[in-house]
Amino acid sequence: MSVLLIKQWNSLLENDWLVPVLLTLGFGLSFAIPEYNLFSVYVQLIMMYIGINIILAVSLNLVNGYMGEFSLAHAGFMAVGAYSSVLLTMKVLPVADYPLLFPCAVFIGGVVAALLGMIIAVPSFKVRGDYLAIITLAFLMIVKSMIENIDFMGGPRGIPGIMKLTTMPWVFFWTATLVWIVRNFVFSKYGRAVMAIREDEIASDLMSVDTKKVKFFAFMLSSFCAGIAGALFAHLLQFISPRIFDITKSTDILIMVYLGGIASLGGSILGATIYTVLLEILRPSTMAALLSWLPSFMFDPLQAHLITHLGTWRMVIMPLALIMVMLYWPRGVMGLREFRGFIPRAHKQAHHHN
Amino acid sequence: MSKAVIENSNILLEVCNLEVQYDAIKALHGLSFTISKGEIVTLIGANGAGKSSILRAISGLTAFSGDIFFEGQNLQSVPAHKIVRLGIAHVPEGRGVFGNLTVNENLQLATWQRKDKAEINADYDRIFTLFPKLKIRLNQLAGTLSGGEQQMLVVGRAIMSRGRLLLLDEPSMGLAPKLVQEIFHIIKDINNTGTTILLVEQNANMALQIASRAYVLETGRIVLAGTGLELLGSPRIKSAYLGS
Repeated sequence: MSVLLIKQWNSLLENDWLVPVLLTLGFGLSFAIPEYNLFSVYVQLIMMYIGINIILAVSLNLVNGYMGEFSLAHAGFMAVGAYSSVLLTMKVLPVADYPLLFPCAVFIGGVVAALLGMIIAVPSFKVRGDYLAIITLAFLMIVKSMIENIDFMGGPRGIPGIMKLTTMPWVFFWTATLVWIVRNFVFSKYGRAVMAIREDEIASDLMSVDTKKVKFFAFMLSSFCAGIAGALFAHLLQFISPRIFDITKSTDILIMVYLGGIASLGGSILGATIYTVLLEILRPSTMAALLSWLPSFMFDPLQAHLITHLGTWRMVIMPLALIMVMLYWPRGVMGLREFRGFIPRAHKQAHHHN
Repeated sequence: MSKAVIENSNILLEVCNLEVQYDAIKALHGLSFTISKGEIVTLIGANGAGKSSILRAISGLTAFSGDIFFEGQNLQSVPAHKIVRLGIAHVPEGRGVFGNLTVNENLQLATWQRKDKAEINADYDRIFTLFPKLKIRLNQLAGTLSGGEQQMLVVGRAIMSRGRLLLLDEPSMGLAPKLVQEIFHIIKDINNTGTTILLVEQNANMALQIASRAYVLETGRIVLAGTGLELLGSPRIKSAYLGS
């Protein structure tokens, strides 16, 4: 019986129409949910954060997972995308009159981040591993302190009162588009070269792979995605300051990538979703709301002894869960495997399926 | 080397006064040799004699002083991936397969800069006739292959990159005696199809048997040169490398 079910499930996943249908459905829902308030505003907000985090995880996975370099700079790319798009929507573009200028501002935010990504690609020609991690960390610090010292960009106080332009259809549009672009990159000859660099850089050179060019493109695409995510993030939170984009933001993305699994787009999507949802569930108010159906003789002690302390314990439970995952599941949920719908037909038989 | 040698159209690779230095340590002390088209030339010598350094200099992995000419073109400061395009394929020591990629992906990577689809397919056929096992393992991760199969894969990759000069660094390392025989047979086969081979080997006996010419290295200098058979008979070689 279960064998039959698995067979059915597999043949369902094999269909070419599955991904387009899911995409259309998702896009339709992204309009319907805010229109008819199918979920509470809070849940809608979380859904948008999940989308943004998926972009970030996929972006970092390209560098850390597929290419095997170690970047801590992604919060910096995000900051660059956020600040440049916010400056555009607040001071340059008349977005209030022409709402379609918002995606342009987001796009330009991504482009500016990509330009900075190219700069980071240069040291990666010479160093890798721990040393590159230190360089990217330094880059992040430079970005942060530069923003802090430019008064025009709000300095350390940040920029309040940003228009709320990020809506669910836009988040869905950018997430789907960027995942699709990265997926095409990963399964192209460039993607193959990116993975060859991870396995053995010298051997890739000897295979006629232009490793500098490949690293250049990979860093550019990755930082472009991070910039887009930053721009969407800024117009959702409506407030940005340099402190938001510090090393903890980078480590958040790292956790999503390693939780989901390296070198896997499906893994990044899962990792970002699981991490975002778990962090929210562990909030005292959310947990209380989730458990409110319990009879009061059970709920009250829970509330008194457990839920009210969650605020403090949240940041202990999550890292602890991560340690467990790394110990018992070192490749993450989907490490080096891929969700079938993402694999192009020509590659199908060659890859591990989930 | 004299100018006359450079003008000799049969010369494929010419190395003049090659020096390689790793920080303060000189690995090669200005050595010179030539390889003609269609030859199997072998470099033998003890560990640390500088055999691999020569290959690394030729394929652009190590900076060097002196001159290396491939078909008359100077290779000084040409990046590694461009040297592959010129027609030099280097099979490094320790194989360097991409373990988490499939056999097919490994082979595809060697065609990274090639656009001639029909020729690529012909090369696939050539590799599968040389190594029928690779065809069976095409969609398997390269890291799961046995040592011998991995060696076949890297030689196959080198053929895919259309090398007219094949640099082989210890292809017999870590293989069972029977597989060593097989690998040397294959090297001979590849040579018979017109590929010139520069072979670095610890297994001096096997290498000298298939080599047209050989150079013996000691601490970064060429101390002896001759045809394979000459060196096989040389008492000095017998005592130092073959064991008598």
